Amino acid sequence: MALDAIQKNILHEVADLDGIPQGAYNIRANGASAARSTTANIDIVTKEDKPGIDIIIKPGTKGESVHIPVVLTESGLKDMVYNDFYIGEDADVTIVAGCGISNCGDQDSQHDGIHTFHVKKGAKVKYVEKHYGEGDGKGSRILNPVTNVYQDEDSYVEMEMVQIKGVDSTLRTNLAELKAGATLLIHEALMTHGEQKATSDYKVILNGEGSSADVVSRSVAKDDSEQIFEVSIEGNTACNGHAACDAIIMGNAHVVAIPKLDAKNVDAALIHEAAIGKIAGDQLTKLMTLGLTEEEAEEQIVAGFLR
Amino acid sequence: MLKIKNLCYQVDDENDATKEIIDHLNLTVEDGKFIVITGPNGGGKSTLAKLIMGVNQLTSGSIVLDGEDISKLNITERAKRGVSFAFQAPVHFKGIRVIDLLRLASGENISIAAACEYLSKVGLCAKDYVEREVNSSLSGGELKRIEIATVLARGTKLSIFDEPEAGIDLWSFQNLIKVFENMRETVKGTIMVISHQERILNIADEIVVIENGQVKKQGPKEEILPGLLGTSAAANIACEKLGGDR
Repeated sequence: MALDAIQKNILHEVADLDGIPQGAYNIRANGASAARSTTANIDIVTKEDKPGIDIIIKPGTKGESVHIPVVLTESGLKDMVYNDFYIGEDADVTIVAGCGISNCGDQDSQHDGIHTFHVKKGAKVKYVEKHYGEGDGKGSRILNPVTNVYQDEDSYVEMEMVQIKGVDSTLRTNLAELKAGATLLIHEALMTHGEQKATSDYKVILNGEGSSADVVSRSVAKDDSEQIFEVSIEGNTACNGHAACDAIIMGNAHVVAIPKLDAKNVDAALIHEAAIGKIAGDQLTKLMTLGLTEEEAEEQIVAGFLR
Repeated sequence: MLKIKNLCYQVDDENDATKEIIDHLNLTVEDGKFIVITGPNGGGKSTLAKLIMGVNQLTSGSIVLDGEDISKLNITERAKRGVSFAFQAPVHFKGIRVIDLLRLASGENISIAAACEYLSKVGLCAKDYVEREVNSSLSGGELKRIEIATVLARGTKLSIFDEPEAGIDLWSFQNLIKVFENMRETVKGTIMVISHQERILNIADEIVVIENGQVKKQGPKEEILPGLLGTSAAANIACEKLGGDR
């Protein structure tokens, strides 16, 4: 299946792809596989019992990448997909997911991706997930991603979740369980505008000694949008957990931050920081003294904040 | 030329009484001069600087830059007319890097090399700083230098520095003073520095003493500086010399 211009543009937005990616990939368009490529070390297999794929990365695979973008351009399409990642021992890979919806029709378009990661001992994964929506139809653009991460000993997972524009409704659910010495870093950048609603729910369970997690969310809520950020870190052993939610609120937006720390061991060191506030007046003033208008200053501050 | 006429700035104090911070102040600054504004604390120096930039809005009077009254313009418009301002307490950002700030200041997408040149001029080892965020991980002295670099990058006809020595330790200031000593070559146009520091007063073409919201004295350094010794302004200088910081 060939991709049309709109689909190509969405691919650019969610995966920085302007052509066929290097390495392994699976491009899903309007509920069906549009293109796939595997490598000697990375296999992609279609699931037989439900929609979705298994991505199997051989132990010791180094420096390879997997792109699995999803594009939806048909109004009224409801797509649900299960993607399971098996990352072998000591592998070091980058996984770029992402979903873009272009909805010019009046019916809702929805994609729910359920991603499960089995990260073996010593493996290192960088996961990038971008969401993007466009189209001027009345139909909503809805994305409900679920990620489940199971990390074995001394594994390292870095997750970057970005949703900057055009998605009307999101419910993000993340669960992570870490064994001894495992490290998890999550960085979420979110901007909502208009009447959008975005809920993020992170639950991290630190089961193994010396495991650590850092969950950082930076968000900007504009217009009449609503954001709910919920994070829970459970420390069951000697471990380190840190969560930070930093939000800029503008217009008539509504932002809720709900932290939860749950320590079951005296050596569990858990920290949470949360801040919600408007753009600082002195930041605007400084940029205006450089010749920017108030609106330009605001744009720069927001862009920097979400970087 | 900058001409300030009958400038007034009033605020309401806690008892709702009107207080004149700047009281019918008149000041003329010739082009290309290095002016140091000094005087006792609370005399109105920083307020005057903020009124010129438009950070504070004047109550009455006029501020004329090269024949145009800029007193009704907003900060952005004044910046575009050629006024730059280095804040006494530099602002922190989240996510905005030094290179971003220098690019915004210069008004173009300057190269890393060009940005590094500005940083070198304020005594920062450029490669260590250019990609760093302008946030609280930087020390007061570092932020101050970056703040000054943004003004250098703008290169406007009037550059105002509000107490560059405030909030930095004596050792950092020893280095910073060189920046100002070299500023005649690096900044084209009028330089206006608000300072209590004798070493900065020493490099001035002209010194303006502001007290009780008015210009008390104005003249060439040679004329004004000796007279300051033995006044309250000089007492500030003496205290700094003895105390190290303030």
